[in-house]
Amino acid sequence: MSIAVEIHNATKSFADNRVLRGIDLTVRKGTVTVILGPSGSGKSTLLRAINHLEKLDEGYVVVGEELIGVRVQNGRLKELREKEILRQRSRIGFVFQNFNLFPHLTILENVTEAPIALGTPAAEARELGRTLLARVGLTDKEGAYPRQLSGGQQQRVAIARALAFDPELILFDEPTSALDPELVGEVLGVIKSLAGSGRTLIVVTHEIGFAREVGDWVVFLDDGVIVEQGTPDEVIDHPKHQRTQDFLSKVL
Amino acid sequence: MTSTLHTPVAEAVEPRPVAVAPLASLATSRVVPLRRPGQWIATLVVLVLLVNFGQTLFSNPHWEWAKVPEWIFHKSILKGIGLTLQATAIAAVVSFIGGVVVALGRLSRNRFLKTISWGYVWLFRSVPLILILIFLFNLPNLYPSIGIGIPFGPQLAIPTISVDPLALGVIGLSLSEIAYSSEVVRSGILSVDQGQHEAAKALGIPRVRQFMRIVLPQALRSIVPSYVNQVIGLLKASSLLIYVSLLDLFGQVQRLSSTYPTDIIPLLVVATLWYLALTSAISIVQYYVERYYARGARR
Ligand SMILES: Nc1ncnc2c1ncn2[C@@H]1O[C@H](COP(=O)(O)OP(=O)(O)O)[C@@H](O)[C@H]1O
Ligand SMILES: [Mg+2]
Repeated sequence: MSIAVEIHNATKSFADNRVLRGIDLTVRKGTVTVILGPSGSGKSTLLRAINHLEKLDEGYVVVGEELIGVRVQNGRLKELREKEILRQRSRIGFVFQNFNLFPHLTILENVTEAPIALGTPAAEARELGRTLLARVGLTDKEGAYPRQLSGGQQQRVAIARALAFDPELILFDEPTSALDPELVGEVLGVIKSLAGSGRTLIVVTHEIGFAREVGDWVVFLDDGVIVEQGTPDEVIDHPKHQRTQDFLSKVL
Repeated sequence: MTSTLHTPVAEAVEPRPVAVAPLASLATSRVVPLRRPGQWIATLVVLVLLVNFGQTLFSNPHWEWAKVPEWIFHKSILKGIGLTLQATAIAAVVSFIGGVVVALGRLSRNRFLKTISWGYVWLFRSVPLILILIFLFNLPNLYPSIGIGIPFGPQLAIPTISVDPLALGVIGLSLSEIAYSSEVVRSGILSVDQGQHEAAKALGIPRVRQFMRIVLPQALRSIVPSYVNQVIGLLKASSLLIYVSLLDLFGQVQRLSSTYPTDIIPLLVVATLWYLALTSAISIVQYYVERYYARGARR
């Protein structure tokens, strides 16, 4: 089976806070990987490193056989030009915990902004935007502004926005943590519908039920290292390490 | 045994008797708001003062209202207003764009740009506008010609004596104004949530467009009110253009009142009325601009 994402020795410090301590991870194409771990363990930093929103101090990330954010020159890794990095990012979807929709743009404009910015003709982009909004169940809202929607609807718009370039890889950073409990289901439903058909999803979440049901692979991160990884059955139902057991007993 | 033990405790916990019956009958009555006699007295005092002053406007002959219509559309006054508007409008546009540039410099990661922009703001906020204008007026004495060129190499230069006074004035106003507006713009940019930059980056939106389409429109919500303040200040500061030999509205009023000393009061009234009108016009524009940039802000 082919590889979607390879992370080698990902290492990152903020001042003297060592947030990632040499992480190696391989994600297979077309699978759903769930990252679990306590707050502050480095989950967001790892996810953000995958699309180079965070620069690694050491190590590198390969997405679909392409090095992300860097190139090899004279036997060293050198940072790419901004334009190149933006091109790479446009092909990796990213969904934030706080949605980060553009509040001054309508729902449809939120979805069409990136395609138009990168050269898609406006009419074509609107067509695409409507299709994507329909896909997340928001057909009748295109003229509304983000703050007029519920949290669950806003996150669905953010997902539609992330789908604009039909990315093969989508990263979700706690997509349901900012939602009222009764709205979690609708967002998880949309995420679930994106799984399969060759698309790779990496989801940071505390929703253990979702991890068990939709996850193909579960990674438990603590203090900047991967403590254990495996199938949901292995990691969630039969965790080997004490730290995993402690964490699960708190969130379950 | 048990009962003797419990009785005192039960007594202590028992709530004090409340008059439940009369309270229940009040359940549907309206609550009487607290009276505020102090506010009433203050209102009355201010009203009396206002009416008194209002009376003097008509009873005091020295206002010479009859002369106001003679002056209000006088050729010189209109000329002055033309200059005020021209200088204010050009300086407002230039100092907004300059303000954005300096603000971006201060927010840049480049140490040199940061220092230079900080130094600019420091210098031009410290030096009074009046001094800048007098300096500019005396430029031909300081630098008979200015230009740019490769150090010790070929130069492109123009003689400073030939610079139009309006250009000098606008340059002076803008130099000073940019220092203030850059701070207004900078605080506006800082008020935009970091997540907005992140989302724009994650979507691969090019840098210039990130700023123009995502960050700036949101920053403008908080920039506009402060910036309009600046523009109103500019409107009045243009009277300092007299130091580069230009007469704006106030400059003309001053000139006319030394020629017609008996009409000083009506001339001042005319100037006041015009400034009120101009500021009101700006406030109306502000209302619509603010409404535009507030779209999506409310539920
Ligand atoms: N930009 C930053 N500057 C400084 N410290 C940061 C920054 N981002 C994250 N951190 C720190 O890195 C650690 C890991 O953060 P994060 O990856 O967000 O954890 P998680 O997502 O697992 O809660 C935390 O201690 C956090 O305070
Ligand atoms: Mg996080």
